[in-house]
Order: sequence, then structure tokens, then C-alpha cells
Amino acid sequence: MNNAVQELKKSLITSLWFMFLTFPIMVIRVNTVENIIRWRWSNMIFVGIFSFVMSYFWRGMLKKKERGDKLVDFSRFMPSKLRNLDIRETLADKKIAKPVLIILLLAALVFPFVAGMYQTSIMTTALMYIILGLGLNIVIGLGGMLHLGYAAFYAVGAYTYAILHRDFGIGFWVALPLGAVLAMLFGMLLGFPVLRLKGDYLAIVTLGFAEIVRIVLENWNDFSSGPSGIANIPRPSFFGMKLPLPTATIYIYMITLALVFFTIFVVRRLENSRLGRAWEAMREDAIASESMGVNITTTKLTAFALGAFWAGMVGVIFAAKTTFVNPASFTLMESVLVLCIIVLGGMGSTTGVIVGALIIVLLPEYLRAFSEYRMLLYGAVLVLMMVFRPNGIIQKVRKRYTVDISELSSGGSNE
Amino acid sequence: MNLEYLIQLTLSGMTRGSIYALIALGYTMVYGIIQLINFAHGEIYMIGAFTALIIATVLNMTGMPGVAVFIIAMIIAVVYSSAYGVTMESMAYKPVRRAQRLSALISAIGMSFFLQNYVLLAQTSDFLSFPKLIPRFAFLEGSRNFLTSTQVVIFAVTAVVMVGLTFLIKFTKIGKAMRATAQDKTMALLVGININQVIAVTFLIGSAMAAVGGVLISSHVGQINFYIGFLAGIKAFVAAVLGGIGSIPGAVLGSFVLGLTESFGAGYISSDYEDVFAFIILVLILIFRPAGLLGRAQSDKI
Repeated sequence: MNNAVQELKKSLITSLWFMFLTFPIMVIRVNTVENIIRWRWSNMIFVGIFSFVMSYFWRGMLKKKERGDKLVDFSRFMPSKLRNLDIRETLADKKIAKPVLIILLLAALVFPFVAGMYQTSIMTTALMYIILGLGLNIVIGLGGMLHLGYAAFYAVGAYTYAILHRDFGIGFWVALPLGAVLAMLFGMLLGFPVLRLKGDYLAIVTLGFAEIVRIVLENWNDFSSGPSGIANIPRPSFFGMKLPLPTATIYIYMITLALVFFTIFVVRRLENSRLGRAWEAMREDAIASESMGVNITTTKLTAFALGAFWAGMVGVIFAAKTTFVNPASFTLMESVLVLCIIVLGGMGSTTGVIVGALIIVLLPEYLRAFSEYRMLLYGAVLVLMMVFRPNGIIQKVRKRYTVDISELSSGGSNE
Repeated sequence: MNLEYLIQLTLSGMTRGSIYALIALGYTMVYGIIQLINFAHGEIYMIGAFTALIIATVLNMTGMPGVAVFIIAMIIAVVYSSAYGVTMESMAYKPVRRAQRLSALISAIGMSFFLQNYVLLAQTSDFLSFPKLIPRFAFLEGSRNFLTSTQVVIFAVTAVVMVGLTFLIKFTKIGKAMRATAQDKTMALLVGININQVIAVTFLIGSAMAAVGGVLISSHVGQINFYIGFLAGIKAFVAAVLGGIGSIPGAVLGSFVLGLTESFGAGYISSDYEDVFAFIILVLILIFRPAGLLGRAQSDKI
């Protein structure tokens, strides 16, 4: 009983504090042109009630987290048979994993024919972000280098297609590999000066690099048409045929879907290759890995280059999908969005990136009803996610090498 | 390329530098203590400017003299910004202090979105004009062409804040505790320093300085909107890194280098590429001094 009173008291104090805190911005609304002041006292009451309730939950959740309990126990809502099922282990079982994957693949293939053009277009965007996420994941998740300038490579890809088409009439299928390779070269270009930098210094230089690219695109009128951008970029053609808009939308969806599978395939193979293990070793301890024979310079450069490769490819798709590019599409926000996908989904995990991209892209789309509030909610979700589940939705399972102890001891007794 | 133009550019560079310094100090102090890039620091600056604008507009209608309004608005802005800073720390950063560093950064980015959109929704997306509060000083009549009274106020206030901060860090008990915490958190805890309190105070001081910067630059530029914190925050962060993040004199030096570079670059080369100069000088300095101008290069223990 005493405890409950104490909790209420704490919530009351928090609520009073928030009422004080939000007072000038929530309550007073000034119009500086006509010099009118509106007092919106009702807002204060909302803030008070809302923060009172939220602070109660907040403290409860923090306590649960400290105790190490599950924050929300979903198994309560499941039938008893499923309750003790470990999802990860079940999926690792090939017998179950295969049909599940095939069903997902079929669903993805059928989706554009069932859903409308609008839905297909949104889903294409989500697929594009999956590729971006997987690409950036090479640099951040595997290489452990905080990269805040990913949008620059995305821009390089998009502008490659836009400018090559405008000046030389080059088509989508030629631009796709060209954009990717050009972005890769840019990745190396950025890689060289930052080889010596670590952590936050690296973050700010990559950010600066992206801003330089964007500002140059914005101001170099002869080259990139400045802030007004380049319009009338053709959608991809089907063996030289121009497709009507609904078919073209489905076509782009299919191309992106195919590229998603290609990316997943390549990234998976990379992860388990010598290079992938070198990236992870470098992330854990650069000096130790160097002394074990990992060449840090080339390892870092390949991480940057291969990360940029995917961004360039998606850039070309972006240009083809929207038929218009301008520098405003490649701001820091875009880099941060991709970063959020990785962190939300679970760093280093491929499944995590896919889930993260779907949430980050689709959630705001379907929250359009609250479109005014969606960025606000988005920020709040990021903070809550980090506070209560910092390792992301799907945590990466690290490779484990197990040694059978009984075998070792029996080996010893034989001598 | 006459002399007057040069002086004018230098002064405007110094003005920018002063404002960057006020914000960059908050970044660098927070970084020095908990190694976090407080991405939402620019938003605290924006909230300071907004609070001052609201209070000043309300007070202006009562017919108070401009200087009094300015001082009261400034004090209230400082109080509110500090309150926001401390609340933000306890909500978004304290619970992730032990998690990996990237989580804290994402949490900060989330906080930045949240605060931006909070002001956007509660106020407006339009630019609001900031009331003219600083009167024209009589002694500046002769040099009016290149030095405004707002600039004089900016220089004076920045200087006072810097001296105050130096005094606080060097000679007070809390300053000593802050330096100890920055050096070694565990050891500081062992000798009886209340780390949570020190971190809260750091956020408080940093936010207060950001608010001062916000009010000053708003009265200089004359208009604000919810987005001003973003670019200012990034620039100040660049300044802090330029000087060597974690170092207080470094942040001030970096800010002035950045302010002057931008001012001269815009004045003599092209104003379109103003932001590019900031980032180019950053990249150049970091290539030759990877830990910033005054930062100490850390050697790794093996």
C-alpha cells in the first residue's frame, strides 16, 4: 500500500515537472506578425495526464529491464503448444526453414499483382532500403566503422544514371553496373583519407563528405542542374520496349526484388569468407587482427568500397523509379535513416536488416493517418528501442565453435 | 579586396565563431565525460531560442524596455534549456549508458527528431521573426558599417561565459569532480564523486551555454524556425572535432577557425560553397592531425 502511494507520488512529481517543462512551447503560441498571443491551457492538462500515466509505465519497464525479465511476454498470448518453442532453433531446422522461405518468396512474387500500384511502389521503396541496409551493414555491422555519409554514394548512383542518360542517352541496364562501380570508386576515394581516423572522427568526416557531395550537386548548375534536379529519367525498358506505368511499376518491383536476393546471397557469402572474418576481427580489435596477418588498409578500403557498391546500385533504381533526382533526396537524414534500419533490426544480422527496413519504411507509410505526428513518434520509438532493447529486434547469432569436452578427456586418458 | 571588407569578414567570422563556441563547448564537455555525441544538442539550442522568442514577445506587449526584456528572456531561456538538457539526459541517455556506444548515439538521434517535431507541432514550421531588443549603441556610430551592436553584445557575452566556464572548471569543487570523471570514471567513483550528479551538471551547463548562443544568434539573424538547431548542431560538432573533441580550449579554437574559414571562404571565393569550406578544412586538419588541433593522440594499450 505504502509502495503504491510512493509510486503515485513519483508519477505526480514527474507530471508536474513535464507541465513546467512544456509550458512555454506547448501553452503559449505567439504570432509575431500580428502580435497576437494565444494561451492554450488545455494542452497543459493533456501533458499532465499523459506524463503521469507514462512515467508510471516507464518506471515499471525500467525495473523489469533491470531484473532481466522479458519486457512484454508474448508467449502468454500463444497457445500452450507454441509456448515453449524457440523460434530461432525452429528456423535453423532446414525442414521447416525451406518451406517458410519458399512461402515468403512466393508471397513476395505475387504481391504486386494482388496489391495496387501504390502498395507496390511503397514495397519497392522498402526493398530498396533493404539493399541499402545490407550494404551499410558491411561497413558498420561487420567493419565496425561508424559511417554517416552513406547517402553520398546513393546520390552518386542516382546522378550517374540521370546525367549519363541526359548527356549520352544511356539506358537503365548499362547505368546499373556503372552507377554501382562509380559509387564503389567514390567509396575508395573516401576511404583513403579516413584510414587513420577512428570512431567519432570517422563519423564526422564521412558526414562531411556526404554534405560536400550534396552541396556540390546543389550548386554546380552545368553539371547537375542544381537544386531543381534532373527530370524525365526513363523507367527501365523491357528488352527495348517502353512499358505503360502500371506494368513498369511491377517491373521495377521485380528488378528490386531480384537485386535483394542477389544482395542477400553476396553479403552472406562475403560474411563467411576470409574477408568477412577479417572485417569482424578488425571490428573487435584492429591491433590484434593486424598482428594476426590482417591487412588493415585493404580490409578497411574493401569495406568502404563494397558498402558503397550497393548504395550506387540502389541509387540507379531510385532514379529510374522516381524518374527525377534532386539533391534534396540525399541529405544526412537519408544516411541516418539507413543507420536506424541497421540498429533497429539488429546490427550485423541480415534478417534484422530486412525486418528493420520493413518497419522503418512501412510504418510511417501506414501511419499516414497520424502523418503530422509520425516523425515525432518515430523519434520516440528510436529512443524507446534503444532504452529497452538496445541490441535490436533480431540479434545476431555469433558463430560459436564448440569443443566436446568428453572427447578431449578421453583423448588424454589414452596416452 | 580593400581593408574594410577584410575587417568586415573577420568580424563576421568572429561572430559565427563565438556562437559555434558556445554550442561546441556543450558537445565537447558531454563527450569528455560520457563519450557520447549528443546529437540533440542543437535542438536544445533551438529550444532556447524559441523560449526566448516566446517570452520576449509576451513581455514586449507589456511595454517593458528592450534591454530588460532581453535579459529576462535570456534568463528564462537558459533555465528552460538546462531543464530540457537534464531531463533528456535522465530519460534517453542514462538508461543506455552501459550499452554499446552506438545505442546511445541512436538514442540521441531519436531525441533530436522528437524535439524538432515537438516544436514543429506545438508551434509552427514558419520562420518567426525575433524581436529587436538590443538598442543601437551610441559609441558605435562611427563604425556602424561593419560592427553592429548585436555583434558587440555577442562578443561580450561569449567572453564572459568563457571566463566563467574556465573559472568553474579550474577552481570549483564541481569542476574538479568533472575533470576527475572525465579522466577515469571508476576511480572518480571510488574517491566518492557522485557521477550521476556530475553528468547531470555537465548537461545543465552545456545546455545553458547552448541557450545563450541560441538567443544571441537569433537576435543577430532576426528570425528562427524549428530547424535551426540541426545545422548549427552539426557545425558546432565539426568545430568541437576540429579542436579535438573532449578538449575545452580546443572547442573554442576550433569554433573560431571554423567561423573564420566560412566567413573568408564565402567572402572571397563563393558564398554558395560556404558549408563546403567548413567540411574541407575539417577533412584537411584531421588528415594531418587525426585527433584534432588540441586533442591528444591516444595510444592503444595492447
